Amino acid sequence: MTSSPKIQVMDVSKTFKLGGEDFVALDHVSIDIADREFVTVVGPSGCGKTTLMNILAGLEEPSSGRALVDGKPVEGPGPERGVIFQQYALFPWLSVRKNVEFGLETAGVGRRERHEVAEKYIAMVGLEQFADALPKMLSGGMRQRCAIARAYAVNPSILLMDEPFGALDALTRVRLQEQLLETWSQDRRTVVFITHDVDEAVFLANRVVVMAARPGRIFTTIDVPAVTRDEAFRMSDQYAHLRNQVWSAVHHQS
Amino acid sequence: MSLVGVGADAPATPDARQKAGTKRRPPSITLLNTASIVFGIALWWGLSLAGFKLPTPPEVVKSAVRLLSDGTLEGDILASLRRVLTGFVLGTALAIPVGFLMGWYTIARALIEPWVQFFRTIPPLAIIPLAIVLLGIEETPKIFVIFLAAFLACVISTFQGVVNVDKTLINAARVLGAKDGRIFLKVVIPASTPFILVGMRVGLGSAWATLVAAELIAAQEGLGYRMQAAQLYYDLPTIFVGLITIGVLGLLMDRLLLFAERRLTGWQERR
Ligand SMILES: Nc1ncnc2c1ncn2[C@@H]1O[C@H](COP(=O)(O)OP(=O)(O)OP(=O)(O)O)[C@@H](O)[C@H]1O
Ligand SMILES: [Mg+2]
Repeated sequence: MTSSPKIQVMDVSKTFKLGGEDFVALDHVSIDIADREFVTVVGPSGCGKTTLMNILAGLEEPSSGRALVDGKPVEGPGPERGVIFQQYALFPWLSVRKNVEFGLETAGVGRRERHEVAEKYIAMVGLEQFADALPKMLSGGMRQRCAIARAYAVNPSILLMDEPFGALDALTRVRLQEQLLETWSQDRRTVVFITHDVDEAVFLANRVVVMAARPGRIFTTIDVPAVTRDEAFRMSDQYAHLRNQVWSAVHHQS
Repeated sequence: MSLVGVGADAPATPDARQKAGTKRRPPSITLLNTASIVFGIALWWGLSLAGFKLPTPPEVVKSAVRLLSDGTLEGDILASLRRVLTGFVLGTALAIPVGFLMGWYTIARALIEPWVQFFRTIPPLAIIPLAIVLLGIEETPKIFVIFLAAFLACVISTFQGVVNVDKTLINAARVLGAKDGRIFLKVVIPASTPFILVGMRVGLGSAWATLVAAELIAAQEGLGYRMQAAQLYYDLPTIFVGLITIGVLGLLMDRLLLFAERRLTGWQERR
């Protein structure tokens, strides 16, 4: 028995009305993503990465085609698909702890359990000392970590991440990348990770999806061998080779 | 010479900087406020002594003491406060749900907005003649006019608040499993609180500003009525007492709301 893909994007197109004209943001996009796969998506600005993620998240509907999760059509957002937005989207009036507890409270989880789960994920992202701080007191990297903890707390089987580390400095970014891989290697969620950064795409992925713009489509996909992601990998020829491959796919789209 | 100059200058530099720093530090705000008020009163006093038709500060104080000791001022303050607060509370209590409706449901907005925009262009005072004819000369028309002023000021800003709620925050709540009801309670309401509080402050200002005119409608007491009555007898000190009382009470209530605003919206990032 072969297990069916976790996520199936079947011939999905999305058009927006722009000043009376149809603008094709996604043009017949199809892709299968296996359970526990870590897929990164790269492509030029405006190629429809966010649109694709919004469709998977259930925040937007495809104009044609279908998106399936666990074999069922996506109908609206659901807590089994955690989303980490590029702009953090923390609730500014809630403390870190309350932000992390938001999804649990929505699900009707009792106070004590909520507290325990929040504690666990706040610790995971290293924000224990800031559990009761408001988002305005956090740095960009800390906000991002809080957003990650918030998404993890509802224990989604899929994580959709839209350029989550885009606004961070190189050092913080590398730290969070390693942390993300570490947790992923423990709990093996299915991850769809959008990025602008070719290095990041190669370092994190099992598979890199390269998209092209006008119209938004999948240009090619590049598999990354399952080797340990560490500094040695970053320095390896294999890594350099894959980077070049992805780089030319992104920059020499004809 | 130049060497000596440098030598003499060098150790002096930090010292000089410190002095400049002390000089540049602005004097305390409270001090300036007080100085400004004292100066204003002195100017007023000077003008009244110089022959302008103004009562002197001591005359005003004397009048205030007289009005306080026979209970007139207290009665007036109570009557006016009751009107303003009743109108204001009713106005904002209606404005907030209506503003939310307008912001949340396009249909409600389309139905309500033309009326709000239309009545906003009419100064509440211009409603007074109509209010008298329709509602008589009791408390109702006075409170109604104040209510209208507070309502119109607050409804627009509540509506703006709801419309301006960051779409990403709503999406963030949705992907965490929240449905409309919870999104409304836990995202829309807190996110628009700053707008609502600004609306309440503006509404209170309008309510207070409408008071005196509203009390022209056959009132028996109230600060506006008292000033009206005093006008008939050229009783300038009493008019001054009325004006100052209105100003001070208005300021106090505004500070109270400002305090609430600080407490409730401290999460905002101030630019
Ligand atoms: N709501 C919308 N209405 C109209 N056009 C839209 C809308 N959302 C996206 N688009 C258009 O669809 C195209 C793809 O947008 P999308 O945000 O998915 O790009 P992206 O790949 O995420 O780009 P970036 O890397 O800059 O974030 C863009 O050209 C954008 O103008
Ligand atoms: Mg995007």
